[in-house]
Amino acid sequence: MTRQKRSRHGLKRAVAPYLYLSPSLLIIGLLMLLPMVTVISYSFQNSAVLRLDSSFAGLKHYQAIFADPVFWASLWHTLYFTCMSVVFHMTIGMIFALMLNSDRINPTLRNILRVLYILPWLFTAVIIAVIWRLLLEPNGVVNSILMQLGLIGSKIEWFSSPETALHAVTFANIWAGYPLFMVSLLAGLQGIPKDFYEAADIDGAKAYQKLIFITIPQLMPIIISISLLDFIWTMQVFPLIWITTGGGPIYSTEVLSTYTYKLAFSSYNLSQASASAVVILLISLGLTLLYIRYQKAR
Amino acid sequence: MRKRHTTKDRLITVALHVALVAGLLFATFPIYWMLSSSFKSNTEIFALPPTILPKAFTLEAYAAILGDPVKLRFFFNSYFVAFTVTILTDLIALLAAYGFSRFNFRGKGSLNTLIISTQTIPPITLLIPFFGLVVSYRIFDTYVALIVTYLVFTLPYAILLMTGYLNTLPRDLDEAVAVDGGTSWTALWRVIVPISLPGIVATSVYTFLLCWNEFLFALTLTKSTSMRTVPIGIQLLMGQHAFEWNQMMAMSVLGSLPLLLIYLIAQRFFLAGMTAGSVK
Repeated sequence: MTRQKRSRHGLKRAVAPYLYLSPSLLIIGLLMLLPMVTVISYSFQNSAVLRLDSSFAGLKHYQAIFADPVFWASLWHTLYFTCMSVVFHMTIGMIFALMLNSDRINPTLRNILRVLYILPWLFTAVIIAVIWRLLLEPNGVVNSILMQLGLIGSKIEWFSSPETALHAVTFANIWAGYPLFMVSLLAGLQGIPKDFYEAADIDGAKAYQKLIFITIPQLMPIIISISLLDFIWTMQVFPLIWITTGGGPIYSTEVLSTYTYKLAFSSYNLSQASASAVVILLISLGLTLLYIRYQKAR
Repeated sequence: MRKRHTTKDRLITVALHVALVAGLLFATFPIYWMLSSSFKSNTEIFALPPTILPKAFTLEAYAAILGDPVKLRFFFNSYFVAFTVTILTDLIALLAAYGFSRFNFRGKGSLNTLIISTQTIPPITLLIPFFGLVVSYRIFDTYVALIVTYLVFTLPYAILLMTGYLNTLPRDLDEAVAVDGGTSWTALWRVIVPISLPGIVATSVYTFLLCWNEFLFALTLTKSTSMRTVPIGIQLLMGQHAFEWNQMMAMSVLGSLPLLLIYLIAQRFFLAGMTAGSVK
């Protein structure tokens, strides 16, 4: 190879990765980073999107949102919905993973159950919403079973009474989301070296001691990273709530995403909606930074 | 070592199996109820006491869905958008993943972090600027609007998934091509692509699912009934025919079919796609 040829080859090698990455970077830059800048600038304008000559509004829209009790209610509902979901996803996922991992069950049964336990995860949020609306109809099957068991005296309107609506949507979301934890924890359980348990057996450890001192510490990295991801994704919930309750009754299930959507596309206050969208973005970014730092530290 | 035959031991095994059955009921009863309701008449769905198996088995709900061109169009739209986005995502993500996996360059680490962090950007935040863009480029209520906006959400994860896969392939393979005087482009198509099929399948499965499930953008960026996708179709059905529950369930079953089939046929790829981002 002549020197000239080699340097041309070297140049090619230096430029090549950027060329391979360019379509992706173009799309992410134009359709993700630029819109993020746009939505921030909308939030500081009067009548954004709707008028071309929109004027600077300062912090007006942020003040309007922070003065709105519905915004604070939405924030609280989002937190309740998300925390309950993550905690129960983790608990149910852990219990199911431990049960499936037990050597007391026959391997064929284990495989069949594993496939069936994952099923709720396969359904689209809209379909989950429709299924739970049918189940929790006042004349539906859940009420009729609970009444037959004598647990409730009269039919409960799960999604349409303000006392139960938020719990009902949270429950539906818990049902739909635990398999992510289950699958990840099951993979984690299979990665714990068997000699840890054998050593504990020799020391005469009880089952619960092995769980607390071996299993849970070994699974901790998975628990933390899945919890963070689940938290970020659950916080962004929209279709499930939109289809089951639409945020009602009387704002009792309003969450940040439905609040923002209504501001934008029901009252066409796109500036104020942008301010609310920026608040959601900031919360997400904060949690994402936490997630990335945690992943890097590992 | 194991004392299998003590009474206590047997009791634990029995208790475990009882718990497994309870778990199974929790996980599958809602799905079973959707399925069985789709084969019932509307009056039987709310019969007292509830009928576990359809007493009068009927396909009328399926006939109503499949015989209605408006509803078939929802399915066509969903398949069309999902397949198009999947092909585009595979292609673009493969190129990026090849760049990440086979080259060292300035800014690689920060670009990788950027791509990881874009995965968690809330869709509702991008919705408002997308709405502005889509209206000003006059692509409101078109396939293009959906395809372009879906791409933004499928791409980051697809890149990570594909990079992970390419990293498992030995470098000697494409270095052999370089020794023979071939460019990295030839190495990509002659050597890497043919052996990357499992990675491409996992990425495709994941991308397809994401598109098939998408609701928020389809709701906002399309308007006419002929442009709506399955999730929006189900919502429309709910509003229009005040509670034709059997049809709603039949449409939900049909709408879940592609996901269920992919899961049952390609479980390995499915789980790889769904958990790769979170476990790594």
